[in-house]
Amino acid sequence: MAVMNMVEAIRSTLDAEMARDERVILLGQDIGHNGGVFRATDGLQERYGEDRVVDMPLAEGVIIGAAVGLAASGLIPVPELQFLGFGSQAFHQLEGQVARMRFRSQGRFGMPMVIRAPFGGNVRTPELHSDAHEAKYANSPGLKIAMPATAADAKGLLTQALRDPDPVLFCEPLRGYRLIRDDVPEGEHTVPFGRARGAREGSDVAIVAWSAAVVVAEQAAELAAREGISCGVLDLRTLVPLDVDALREAAAACGRVVVVHEAPYTSGFGAEVVATVQQEAFWSLEAPLARVTAYDTPYPIAAVEHQYLPDAERVLAAVRTAMEA
Amino acid sequence: MSRRAPAPPAPPAQALAEPASLEPWTLLAPDGTLAEGYRPSLSDEELLAAFRLMLLSRTVDQRAFSLQRQGRLGTFSTVEGQEASVVGSAFALDPARDWVVPQYRELPAMLRQGYPLTRFFLYFRGHPIGNQMPEGVRVLPFQISLAAQIPHAVGLAWGLRQQGSDAAVMTYFGDGASSEGDAHEAMNLAGVRRAPVVFLLQNNGWAISTPVAKQTAAQSFALRAPGYGFPGVLVDGNDLFAVHEAARWAVERARAGEGPTLIEARTYRLGPHNTADDPTRYVDPDELRARRELDPIVRVRAYLRARRLLSEAEEEQLRSQLMDEVNAAVAEAEAHPAADRRHIFEHVYADPPPRVRAQRERATAGEEVR
Repeated sequence: MAVMNMVEAIRSTLDAEMARDERVILLGQDIGHNGGVFRATDGLQERYGEDRVVDMPLAEGVIIGAAVGLAASGLIPVPELQFLGFGSQAFHQLEGQVARMRFRSQGRFGMPMVIRAPFGGNVRTPELHSDAHEAKYANSPGLKIAMPATAADAKGLLTQALRDPDPVLFCEPLRGYRLIRDDVPEGEHTVPFGRARGAREGSDVAIVAWSAAVVVAEQAAELAAREGISCGVLDLRTLVPLDVDALREAAAACGRVVVVHEAPYTSGFGAEVVATVQQEAFWSLEAPLARVTAYDTPYPIAAVEHQYLPDAERVLAAVRTAMEA
Repeated sequence: MSRRAPAPPAPPAQALAEPASLEPWTLLAPDGTLAEGYRPSLSDEELLAAFRLMLLSRTVDQRAFSLQRQGRLGTFSTVEGQEASVVGSAFALDPARDWVVPQYRELPAMLRQGYPLTRFFLYFRGHPIGNQMPEGVRVLPFQISLAAQIPHAVGLAWGLRQQGSDAAVMTYFGDGASSEGDAHEAMNLAGVRRAPVVFLLQNNGWAISTPVAKQTAAQSFALRAPGYGFPGVLVDGNDLFAVHEAARWAVERARAGEGPTLIEARTYRLGPHNTADDPTRYVDPDELRARRELDPIVRVRAYLRARRLLSEAEEEQLRSQLMDEVNAAVAEAEAHPAADRRHIFEHVYADPPPRVRAQRERATAGEEVR
């Protein structure tokens, strides 16, 4: 075990997988000489050369679109979207091409690739850098979506993603790059997709979250414990595939479920979670299912973003309401 | 023994900087005579094979159009009028190593690469297997989202070269698709990476009903290429030889590591955009009549007759063979087991997630697996 922050875990995983499999190549804006704007690829161009760590023109569409051809040529491209918010400029390639190439070609052209994308708020970025767009991609069959909440999972899920025969959108929480630090297993470490992580045991309320929102959920659980409310925290780890069994079990164990995410409320992935829980665990429920999310307003500029994003207090309020139901 | 021609003159790429030279490069005049001093790179056998493919394409168009009207085929787009552009360029490729990244109006190029004609009919009958290129056929699937294939071609060319191949990738798109951001992004990247790709822009005059003057204010699409750092060539797209020589030159450049080339093949869409389109609403009948005079098949035929390479009787026999070939493909496609619910679920993922698996099981419960 070694204590690492999330960006160190990502960088060392890319390094290890590039050493292991020479088909893996990285492409993105500023990822080479500059090592990435968050240093997630720092030193990799020096080690693997300009052919494997490729600085790309400023054009998200062709970063993803070229990755389709690179994958068809036999390589395993790892395109980076510098921010998921700019993924909209590549959405047609991701949703329309990457996600469905295996299907459209009836299996002839699989698309092994990992699209790395920093996302999420609370680091006072300029506009459009902070959006949590995961639900848009979750509605794109053919893609898988990994959203690690710990450094250990960043390694395990990224390794898994790089060995997956299908495309994986790998979302990295901006605010967790350096704040999230934990023990990362050394050597071979993979985390299978579709297996949620019980981040905290609890018997009254199950708080469901992913990525950096797991930290918020844990803080809320801690506050709730002081009031005598026992909250479990379930970290979904991957949205596609979704661990339906874990959701059912968490809901059955607590009878109350609160979902937390950074994206707006309407059509956020929380809607999928609560719909799944009511389908799977309806008769176990003791309170209405709650969602604590950003508001149905555009992501605001930096000065008020902490009031826009769900925080532990808002989660705690939802927990209390669930207990009173 | 075929007559091997000396190297043809290089297409006038540099001269494109001069607006006065913005005349399409032509080697085969509408009356079937060659430009002075020009001797084709295509051998007589190759030329006959190219003509055969042009005629096959026209035969497919006619047969498929009629099938569509009978309700036996879905909406599709004919190649009619663009056969020289598609076939001339495809004949510059070596199907054993080079790739075609098509849009949807380049069937003869796909056939030459080894795509089975039966699958074309299956695809436009709505059977998903039609879009599956058999192993070893170097073609990406039909692309319906215009211009989305152009970045794919660049990535493919770059990836192949990086893995030591000397393959070239030819991608097809039209005057309409040239307006998409993907076209710009892809050509820009290709220039930066010196990707071995040939951008074969078929300017057929129309994007459904939108005339080319509403796509660009430039005098030629080929003029864009120098802006991306590689040459552009404007050729007469109804001239098999001009398209072929320009494409050969571009493919050789690609193999030699000299990077991409943009070829504007100026042609004309003689048919509708697709079978759901009614071009009488927007095409001037006089213009269409004039364009029919420039039919690329007529031009090659005149040359073949003059050279006594194919008599009228021989062509008649060839046409009847081609019709048999097309009918056999249609019959095979119509006899193919119908697509069913399982095709909705296959090949979405290599290993379907539990939800997709469960949906498949529920949807296909009780159906026998073929």
